[in-house]
Amino acid sequence: MNEPAVDLCGIPLAHPVINGSGTFDAIAARRVFGDALLAEFPFAAFVSKTITPERRPGNPPVRIYETAAGMVNSIGLPNKGLEGFLAEDLPQLAELPVPLVVSVMGRSIEEFTRLVERVARRPEVAALELNVSCPNVRSGLVIGEQPKEVSSLMAGLRDLTAKPLIVKLTPNVADPAAVAVAAQDAGADGVSLVNTLKAAAIDPATLQPALGARRGGLSGPAIRPIALAQVAAVAEATTLPIVGMGGIENGEDALAFLAAGATAVAVGTASFRDPLAGARVRRELAAGLSARRLEGVRGRRGTAPPAVAASTST
Amino acid sequence: MSGRKHAVVSGDERVPAPFGRRAARITANRASGGYRVFSALDSGGPEPRAGQFYMLSAATGWGTGPAEPGTGPEFLYLPRAFSVAATERLADGIRLDFLLEDIGPGTHRLGALAEGEKLLLTGPLGRPFSRPSELNPQATGAVLVGGGVGVAPLAIWRHELSRAAIPIRVLLGFRNRQHSGGMELFSRGPDKDRLSREAGGGAPESGAKPVLCPEVRLASDDGHVGHHGYVTDLLAVLLEGGDAARSAAVFACGPPAMLEAVRQLCGERGVACELALESPMACGFGACYGCAVPLAAGGFMRLCVDGPVVRGEEIETAMVAGAGHG
Repeated sequence: MNEPAVDLCGIPLAHPVINGSGTFDAIAARRVFGDALLAEFPFAAFVSKTITPERRPGNPPVRIYETAAGMVNSIGLPNKGLEGFLAEDLPQLAELPVPLVVSVMGRSIEEFTRLVERVARRPEVAALELNVSCPNVRSGLVIGEQPKEVSSLMAGLRDLTAKPLIVKLTPNVADPAAVAVAAQDAGADGVSLVNTLKAAAIDPATLQPALGARRGGLSGPAIRPIALAQVAAVAEATTLPIVGMGGIENGEDALAFLAAGATAVAVGTASFRDPLAGARVRRELAAGLSARRLEGVRGRRGTAPPAVAASTST
Repeated sequence: MSGRKHAVVSGDERVPAPFGRRAARITANRASGGYRVFSALDSGGPEPRAGQFYMLSAATGWGTGPAEPGTGPEFLYLPRAFSVAATERLADGIRLDFLLEDIGPGTHRLGALAEGEKLLLTGPLGRPFSRPSELNPQATGAVLVGGGVGVAPLAIWRHELSRAAIPIRVLLGFRNRQHSGGMELFSRGPDKDRLSREAGGGAPESGAKPVLCPEVRLASDDGHVGHHGYVTDLLAVLLEGGDAARSAAVFACGPPAMLEAVRQLCGERGVACELALESPMACGFGACYGCAVPLAAGGFMRLCVDGPVVRGEEIETAMVAGAGHG
């Protein structure tokens, strides 16, 4: 069985499958499933839920709504805030048997700076993921939707740490490649995509918005074709390592993302249905490569046609 | 009365659930009034505690194709949370019984599972009911208050309490005959005989006394059975007087409005109570943060890991938006 190890921005991964930020709480899972969680950890790295400078309670119910082949969520980034995370969660996450990536979100360059400085200096942290699906309070624009905002943010953060800075791209843009290029030019080490798609749900009983916060994000198999298109577009436009995600349910889905140009993949919503989805995708991906007599997949880069070759993955 | 006592496990002593999702074979699926009771044989998990739940889905016709036309969302994707209603340790596994009301595509698909078909489950999950003495050190017994499909966790709780020889009063309320399914979970008959045997009382014919039979009082909105009114009317009567209130430990499960009425009544009388809540749920193990319930102190708890059993005074309201799933 081929088990392709991956170097993701200098972080060694035993295999290409990690988790989507906010789709797996390793601390809660340990409470629920005990130490079996550590013995059979489903992911090659663990990406934390997004941390914000201050504690956030999250949105009022209803926070989730099932749709065809997926769900809409409006959770609202509940988290303990930077201090709570560093004091209470980080020591527990450090016990996981895989590298730790911490996702952070600020509403300004100052907030992002504070988060990156405090988190990056912790030895337990291998890399940071910048969640830019939030407005910059100064401009009112969503950072991840504007190449200039991303450039300016990256420029301000780049010199704060030598650790990998991965930008989590929002799909709610007409030109994801342009945003990725801006991230690369300003010094990002990698990009992860896609985040959730802007979505809404109406409760048929009341004809009112079903979600407490009225709007939310769509995830699950429904978005996979959109995610694949965006991964392909970004892979053509940049040479950045890509973590591809969006509705991955099985090994064949994961393989498709690698073929589209991803370096690694993330499993998110699928974990809600099957807590071991990550482990299953890993197994099925290895089996899928084996069956095709491949050691890895090198996806599209620049304008070259897809190259699916018997080469070790990068 | 002879019989060995069976320890009731404290609310926070949880056995880890097996990591992942596993298949269990359906062994029975039958109508129970307007509801259904289905049983599955779980060969891979521990015995659940009363108040705990499982995330359930079917191995086929779930996320792999369209749901029955006219039953709601086009495709089923997420599993559904169900409290366990009864459990029995058998030679080749644990039998789990669940009570369901067919009100949407998920419950419709589960209600249609045939014997031998595979149920997918994760669990047992969540915080179970606390010992009455933990809830109220002066408790002389337990008062179980339930309504609708909410009677499910009370059925298994009544069984656990009986085995521990703890006195029980049971108050059940139903909208109408259509919504009074699940009564068999509290009935006399095989269940009572088994309780007798387990308590060391021997078979009924031997003359040994059965385990304390709980007093079950009924209420119905439409008056078709029992008190014509709400189950909280019965609870109010039971809690009349300082002594009664001081020595009570109330455990409730049912529709949000019923739970909130119980919560408020107990709050007013200073009576300790635990409520088994429902909320929208996607994962059941703390991953999605979708099952938020507002806390009295502000902020939210995740019902799946910090509940589903909660203390009445912990939460802001039991009227959780979106509770109840189809």
